[in-house]
Amino acid sequence: MNINTKTLLKFFEKIGRSFSVRALRLGAATRLFYLILIYSADSFKRIHLTIREIYFTGVMSLVIIIVSAFFVGMVLGLQGYYTLQKYGSSEAIGVLVALSLVRELGPVVTALLFAGRAGTSITAEIGLMKATEQLSAMEMMAVSPVARIIAPRFWAGVIAMPILASIFSMVGVLGGYVVAVPIIGVDEGAFWSQMQANVDFRFDIVNGLIKSVVFGIACTIIALFEGFDAPPTAEGVSRATTRTVVTSSLAILGLDFVLTSFMISG
Amino acid sequence: MSNSIISIKDLSFGYGDRLLHKGIDMEFPRGKVSAIMGGSGSGKTTILRLIGGQLKPTSGQVEVDGTIVHKQNRDGIYRLRRKMGMLFQHGALFSDLSVFENVAFPMREHTNLPENIIKDLVLLKLNAVGLRGAAYLMPPELSGGMARRVALARAIALDPDIIMYDEPFAGLDPISMAVICDLIRSLNDALGATSIIVTHDVAETFSFADYIYFVADGVVAAEGSPKQLMASKLPFVKQFIHAEKDGPVPFHYDAPSMKEDFAL
Ligand SMILES: Nc1ncnc2c1ncn2[C@@H]1O[C@H](COP(=O)(O)OP(=O)(O)O)[C@@H](O)[C@H]1O
Ligand SMILES: [Mg+2]
Repeated sequence: MNINTKTLLKFFEKIGRSFSVRALRLGAATRLFYLILIYSADSFKRIHLTIREIYFTGVMSLVIIIVSAFFVGMVLGLQGYYTLQKYGSSEAIGVLVALSLVRELGPVVTALLFAGRAGTSITAEIGLMKATEQLSAMEMMAVSPVARIIAPRFWAGVIAMPILASIFSMVGVLGGYVVAVPIIGVDEGAFWSQMQANVDFRFDIVNGLIKSVVFGIACTIIALFEGFDAPPTAEGVSRATTRTVVTSSLAILGLDFVLTSFMISG
Repeated sequence: MSNSIISIKDLSFGYGDRLLHKGIDMEFPRGKVSAIMGGSGSGKTTILRLIGGQLKPTSGQVEVDGTIVHKQNRDGIYRLRRKMGMLFQHGALFSDLSVFENVAFPMREHTNLPENIIKDLVLLKLNAVGLRGAAYLMPPELSGGMARRVALARAIALDPDIIMYDEPFAGLDPISMAVICDLIRSLNDALGATSIIVTHDVAETFSFADYIYFVADGVVAAEGSPKQLMASKLPFVKQFIHAEKDGPVPFHYDAPSMKEDFAL
C-alpha cells in the first residue's frame, strides 16, 4: 500500500466521519423535538413559565425588530420608487412594499434577527445551565429539564416569531410610506388603496404567517439543541452559540425557498 | 429489610468502551455518614450519578431502599430521587432564581403546600444552614461557601432519606470548610438520614465519617472506618492519606517509553 492510497483513505474517512457526526446530531435534535412535544402538556400546566419566556425572547427582540423594519421599509420605498417610476407606475409603490414585506422580508429578516438576538441567548443560557450542572441538579430533584426549561422556551419562540414578523411588516410598511408619500410625494390615496386592493389575505398574509411559524420552530429547536448539546465548557458554549447563528440562518433561507416554491405552485 | 439503604453490587460502568468501574461493591448503612475517596477522575461523581439513576450500569446493579435503580422506568426513578438530596460540586443553584426560590423549588414542584407554609419551611431550611438573612439574594451575589450552603438547604428541602455530597469542601476556605463539615454531621443526625460524601479531602473526611471507601483503578482499593484505615499498611492508602508524591499511584500519566518519544 503506497502513500497515495493511504491519504485517499484518510480523506474518505474524514468525509465519512463528518457525515456520520451530522447525521447523529440531526437524530439527537429530532429526539429533542419529540421529547418537547411529549413534555409540552406538563409545561402548559405551568403556563407562567412560557409567558415569562415570551417576554424574554419576544419583547426583548422588539426594539431591534422595529428599528430594522423601519429601515428596510424605507429602503424598499426608495428602491421600489426608483424602478417603478421608469415604467410610470410609481403609485404601485405601496403594493410593492407591502407584498415584499408580508411575503418575504417580514418572516425572513425577522427570523434572521431573532436567531441573532434571541437564539444566541437561548443557546448560551442553556449551555451555561448545563455547564454549571443546573440541568443535572434539576433531574436529580425529579423534575424534567425538558418540561421545565426547554419546552417553555420552545413554545415561546414559536408564539413570538409570527407576532414579531407581523410587527416587522407593519413597521416596514410605515417606513415605506414615510419615504414614498411625505418625502417623494407619491399620492397618499393611491399608495393605500392599491395596497388594499392587491394584498390578498389568504395568499399573502396567511402564507407569510405560515412561514414565520415554521421559522419559529426551526430557530428555537436549533438554539435549544445547540445549548443542550454543547460541551460543558466556556469554549463549548461559545462555539455552540456561533453554530446557532450559522445553522439557523441557513435553515431559514433554505426553508424559505422550499416553502415559497410550494406556496407559489400550490 | 437489610441494614443498608443503598447497596452496590459488582458494579461496572464506562462512558465509552473503556470501563471506568470494574466490579465495585459498596454498602451504605442507614443513618451513617459514609465517604467515597479517590483521586480526581477516579469516577467518584459517576458513582453518585449511578445511584441517582442518571446513568445505567454496564453490569451489576445499584439497589436503593430495596429497588434496583436501573430496572425502573422514568416514573420509578423519579420516585426514588424524591428520597434523595444531592449537593453538586459547585452548588448548581438555578442562576435565575433567588436563594429563597431555589430552596422553594423542590417544594413547589413536588408538593401542594400553601404559600405561607412554603415560606416557613424555606426559612427554616435556610436557618439550618445559617443563611436565613440571605433569602432574597441572587446566586451570583453569594460567596462559594454560601452558595454551597444554599444548595445544601435546597438538597434537604424535602427531608430526604439519602443526602449525597459531591466534593463539598472543594475550593472552600478553612472556616467555610469547618462549617460545612459540621452541617453534614448535624443534618445527618437531625434528619435521621444517610449521607454519602464524595471527596479527596483526607483530614476533614477522617474527622467525621463513619466509614470510608477508597476507589482506585475502577475497584474498591480499601475500605474501613477512619481508625482502621489510619492503621492500614496498604501502600495505596498510605500514599493517599499522607499525600506522598510517589507510591503505587505514579506521578507520570501512562506514556510511551522515553526512548520512543524522544527518538533515542
Ligand atoms: N459525561 C461524560 N462523558 C464521557 N466521559 C466522562 C463523562 N463524565 C465524566 N467522564 C470521565 O469519566 C472519568 C471519571 O469522572 P468523574 O466520575 O467525574 O471522576 P471524579 O468525580 O472522581 O473526579 C473522567 O476521566 C472523566 O473524564
Ligand atoms: Mg467529581
